[in-house]
Amino acid sequence: MPFAWAKKIPMAEKNLIEAVNMALAHELERDESVVVLGEDVGANGGVFRATAGLQQRFGPDRVIDTPLAETAIAGVAVGMAAAGLKPVAEIQFTGFIYPTFDHMVNHASRLRHRTRGRLTCPMVLRSPCGAGIHAPEHHSESPESLFAHVPGLRMVVASNPLRAYGLLLAAIRDPDPVVFFEPTRLYRLFRQDVDDNGEALTLDTCFVEREGRDVTLVSWGAMMRETLEAAEKLAGQGVSAEVIDVATLKPLDLQTILDSVAKTGRCVIVHEAPRANGFGAEIAANIAEHSLTSLLAPVVRVTGYDTIVPLARLEHQYLPSVGRIVEAARNAVEWS
Amino acid sequence: MSGFLTRVNRRCITIAAPAGSHYLTRVRLSTVASFAIERFQVLDEKGDIVAPLPQFATVPDELAAMYRAMVLTRTFDAKAVAMQRTGKLGTFASALGQEAVGVGLAAAMRPEDVLVPSYREQAAQFMRGMTMAHCLLYWGGDERGSDFQAEPARHDFPNCVPIGTQVPHAVGVAYAMKLRKQKSAVVNVFGDGGTSKGDFYEGANFAGVWKLPLVMVVNNNQWAISLPRSRQTAAETIAQKALAVGFEGRQVDGNDVIAVRQVVEEALEKARGGGGPTLVEAVCYRLCDHTTADDATRYRDAESVNAAWKVEPVARLRDYLAKHGHWNKDKEEALQHECAGEVAKAVAAYEATPPGPPEHMFDHLYAKVPKALEEQRALAIRLGKKNSHG
Repeated sequence: MPFAWAKKIPMAEKNLIEAVNMALAHELERDESVVVLGEDVGANGGVFRATAGLQQRFGPDRVIDTPLAETAIAGVAVGMAAAGLKPVAEIQFTGFIYPTFDHMVNHASRLRHRTRGRLTCPMVLRSPCGAGIHAPEHHSESPESLFAHVPGLRMVVASNPLRAYGLLLAAIRDPDPVVFFEPTRLYRLFRQDVDDNGEALTLDTCFVEREGRDVTLVSWGAMMRETLEAAEKLAGQGVSAEVIDVATLKPLDLQTILDSVAKTGRCVIVHEAPRANGFGAEIAANIAEHSLTSLLAPVVRVTGYDTIVPLARLEHQYLPSVGRIVEAARNAVEWS
Repeated sequence: MSGFLTRVNRRCITIAAPAGSHYLTRVRLSTVASFAIERFQVLDEKGDIVAPLPQFATVPDELAAMYRAMVLTRTFDAKAVAMQRTGKLGTFASALGQEAVGVGLAAAMRPEDVLVPSYREQAAQFMRGMTMAHCLLYWGGDERGSDFQAEPARHDFPNCVPIGTQVPHAVGVAYAMKLRKQKSAVVNVFGDGGTSKGDFYEGANFAGVWKLPLVMVVNNNQWAISLPRSRQTAAETIAQKALAVGFEGRQVDGNDVIAVRQVVEEALEKARGGGGPTLVEAVCYRLCDHTTADDATRYRDAESVNAAWKVEPVARLRDYLAKHGHWNKDKEEALQHECAGEVAKAVAAYEATPPGPPEHMFDHLYAKVPKALEEQRALAIRLGKKNSHG
């Protein structure tokens, strides 16, 4: 598009990283128990600038630069949350999130349950996730299904600026621990009109992004881009695709997916993470258990391979493409 | 600079010049850090005073109360172990030999302070208001055992079974106190084995950087299950680990309840006044097995255990009190009787508590039962009814 660069962007047009920043600022302003902590989140404003300007505005006691230790970032957040703060901890990349796993699984997820509600853990663990930005090793993984397996946690993945803003507000206000993934590939890819109105979206709800009759495409996070593009292509080929953004993987709003499959009879699940034991398997199993008689074709998964996410030169080969999604949807439609 | 190092001493390095040269280069060094760790003791092994008594220790009733708390824990532990042996309790971790650590630190705390313990601090937890029935419920396999509601225990953390992971939690609680400008502090307890964990090093480092109101008490009972202290770390003391992260580390005789209380009180005073964290290494001995699932005779000889019995904390304070006319046989008998009665009451309360209904698995997992769990919850209730009938 000629002169697209010259298009004047209204103030409310935000990319995903700006939407995250806006949500954090909104909650820091609204609720003095909210604190932000992590590596380089203060003076530097975060390696992706998610926390840009927040320390200047809210002070170093509430926007806290931590020493370099992910285990303690999560563990300290558990302690803060139990003591009545609402910590929002940042892990710079999901490749560095694994040291937090002990605290998320053994403590954050269990504190309410093991004390019968005496102590609780209202914390958020934010992390950029996914491939597609030519990042170094350990910067491209999508481990959402690891966290989605843990009872007591919420697992949320943002798929666009509007959702990032509304879901992050909801995550911070939620009384339980939330793991919140932000796809790096989307951080600056596109903009949406995001009003800083403080209105949270609902967690535990799938969003129907596009209505359709012939096939249900289910995805979340960065792959929502390719999935929506595939739906557009399919429409051009006379196939009407319904698109669902799962958004909150744990606890899963199964009903929205089952209702859609009851209507279309076909389902393609798209995710960037490896296939085996990926979250698509959970959705497919539930469809098999609850909606077998609605199905007109086998449920299909379009996913990353069961390999290590490759380094930059091959990552485009790894990521599911629009073409693969279109083909899978067409096969499903042509099955019966 | 080419050459090779030939000699290092405290003040200078001598570097030999390359072959064929006659020059030696001397680089002047300066000491940039140095330290010493001293062990603090008030009552020696015979119950004699070796340091000035702190104010609280000049009040016989105060000491008698601490003595009572140690005896109560010892009575409770013996009963709990016996209950496990007869199938009335699950795996249990006794605090035998470590009563002075728990009682000393809890006696030093104020109600507004918060205790973040490991799983062997029942001596401290009882003093904070956790009932013995709660302790039995916990080890008997009931989550309600961690739902202690009495003040001030209700603000304390529950037991922490994964080793050392409670350290960063304590740091987070201390951060919240500092942010709110509260005049309180956190007492965090873990074992000698816990100080090998990354959680300990990371948490201590954070606490140092942020100068938090935190007292880290190491119950150095010499054993991490089967691994002796000497093989846990090559450091001469555990106290010195605090120096590496920029705050004070003190070692105290963990069999001397007066010394433990005094050192923790001083550390708490410093913490509340903004002076930052302190690590207190309390050196004692685990006279019991690691837990009821352990048999310590497999890895340690009777001699070291017998030697430890000669310096154990309960007899030491009793000897001191008796020598000064504050204790006698009659008082001892009355106390033993009273403690046994209290423990029996707790056992009765525990045994009279039926297991919770199956929906307990679901009801405190999240603040509200999510829709996604409703079906499983209903199933558990249905199956639970069936199970209880057959």
